Amino acid sequence: MKIGVLLKQVPSSDEQIKIADPSAGIATGDIKWTINPYDEYAVEEALRLKDAKKASSVVVYTVGGKAVEQRIRDALAMGADGAVRLDDPAFEGSDCLGISRILSAALKADDVSLVMAGKQAIDGDNAQVPMMVAELLDWACVGVVSKLEIGDGSLKAWRASGGGVQDVVEANLPAVITADKGLNEPRYASLRGIMMAKRKKILVKGAADLGLDGATVGAGAAHVVEDAWSLPPARPAGRILEGDNAQRVQELVRALHEEAKII
Amino acid sequence: MGNGILVVAEHDGSNFKKTAYELLAKAKALAGGAPVSALVMGRSDAGDLGEYGAATVYTADGDVFAHYTPGAYVKALQAAVSAADPAVVLAPASAEAKDAFPRLAARLGVGYATEVTELRVDGGAVVGRRPQYGGKAFSDVHVSSSVALFTVRPNSFPAGVATGGSSNVVALSLDLQPGDVKTTVVDSEEPSGDVVDLTEADRIVSGGRAVKSKEGFDTIIRTLAASIGASPGASRAAVDAGYAPHSEQVGQTGKVVNPTLYIACGISGAIQHLAGMRTSKVIVSINKDPEAPIFALTTYGIVGDIFEVCPLLTEAFTAALA
Repeated sequence: MKIGVLLKQVPSSDEQIKIADPSAGIATGDIKWTINPYDEYAVEEALRLKDAKKASSVVVYTVGGKAVEQRIRDALAMGADGAVRLDDPAFEGSDCLGISRILSAALKADDVSLVMAGKQAIDGDNAQVPMMVAELLDWACVGVVSKLEIGDGSLKAWRASGGGVQDVVEANLPAVITADKGLNEPRYASLRGIMMAKRKKILVKGAADLGLDGATVGAGAAHVVEDAWSLPPARPAGRILEGDNAQRVQELVRALHEEAKII
Repeated sequence: MGNGILVVAEHDGSNFKKTAYELLAKAKALAGGAPVSALVMGRSDAGDLGEYGAATVYTADGDVFAHYTPGAYVKALQAAVSAADPAVVLAPASAEAKDAFPRLAARLGVGYATEVTELRVDGGAVVGRRPQYGGKAFSDVHVSSSVALFTVRPNSFPAGVATGGSSNVVALSLDLQPGDVKTTVVDSEEPSGDVVDLTEADRIVSGGRAVKSKEGFDTIIRTLAASIGASPGASRAAVDAGYAPHSEQVGQTGKVVNPTLYIACGISGAIQHLAGMRTSKVIVSINKDPEAPIFALTTYGIVGDIFEVCPLLTEAFTAALA
């Protein structure tokens, strides 16, 4: 069984975000990039399934230009066997559905039977692509998974549902799983892994390689457009309460009751 | 506004959730006279939704809705969209809707914007505004397809008031085929106690690494939270140290929350934590370090030791609410 892992490069969660051009999005000049943290759990889970002989190979899929290759190398250094970078001028400006069309075409061509992805990317916070890929492939999808068992042609997944409910879900393969924090503890790449990653091949595929109609992806096909970027509005100035502990606590309860009117 | 707005009204088995009333009130304001309808899954009555502006309530009921499956949920949405033919569909950004809406968008070939916090009408179209990068930046989002799908962060809009009125109830026929539902829920574990999910919570008490231990988290944070019916939350540092479970982590790599009251105890305020809670209406911070970044966002701050201040606050809250 071949596992495909969907990977995205995102700004590190420690990064402060700046806006240069409100119509274009965030300023990316001096940003430190990482693999999306939730995608790391997906990579790790795929590698564990391979270690347990439940998978034959783990291949990473990402949509993007040459600049994302370092993140692919990071995943290869963890132990992924290969990677496909999906890159074409026709892909520029795709919305989530466009990205999903590109990914699902690539996954279909490669005969992947389990797709692992992060529950969301921490840049756009869209949480759309894995479920869209599942829909386009007509596969099952279980999202926000914190424990996974793979059987013979089937899976069992523990997922967070609303209101703190934990559901145990069964489905047949092929399927898409999205990883939550807690699924596993991602490994660090070993020195040997880093050296070996340099020799692993990253395939680059475009629309023609995938047999994809360029008109179904890219800016022309996008139904979702974002603009008017800004930083969050400043919060009104607060105050530091004075006095001894008992006085400050009394003042806090009074303020929450009388000023904020919420207690 | 075309054929108006369809709202997904979620319920807990007996009562509709607060989000149902928030979204109906917003839909009514946005629709400007165009019809507002609602979809209810897993029950066959409209409850009081008519009094809050839902002229038509579509229901999809049956055993298949005993547990959430994307297969049944999307099929019901598809049937409701086809019956109501709305210009806009609004749902709460719940675990279920966030799982199902991407599938619905892909099935219909339309656009979907995730977890908006504002909605307005501009040039005849509904435009959303949404946080990105865990709340470090915001953008407008325009959805140009014939039907525009939005999920909305809970607590973003005030719930409406009942103005009388009733709804026309239409039971949807789903005609589920083998293969439509690809997942089976074989077990379901309810949370212990009646703690509200962090993303929907109106009050949150969060603890950081300063709680020092799991026992510290339980005695200081959980006790304070319980005194005002708040949900407990935790910083990434506290979760990584094992003081609280992953499900309680607040921040860019945890839950992004939007409560009326957020009390941060012993949390210094890492960038990724601040991103996840900065839209809270009132922020109270208790921290030993007067230079802690969290104080920059704080409404009411106490510079002090959480082991001394929090128990006093628990007592004071308990007395005030007695």
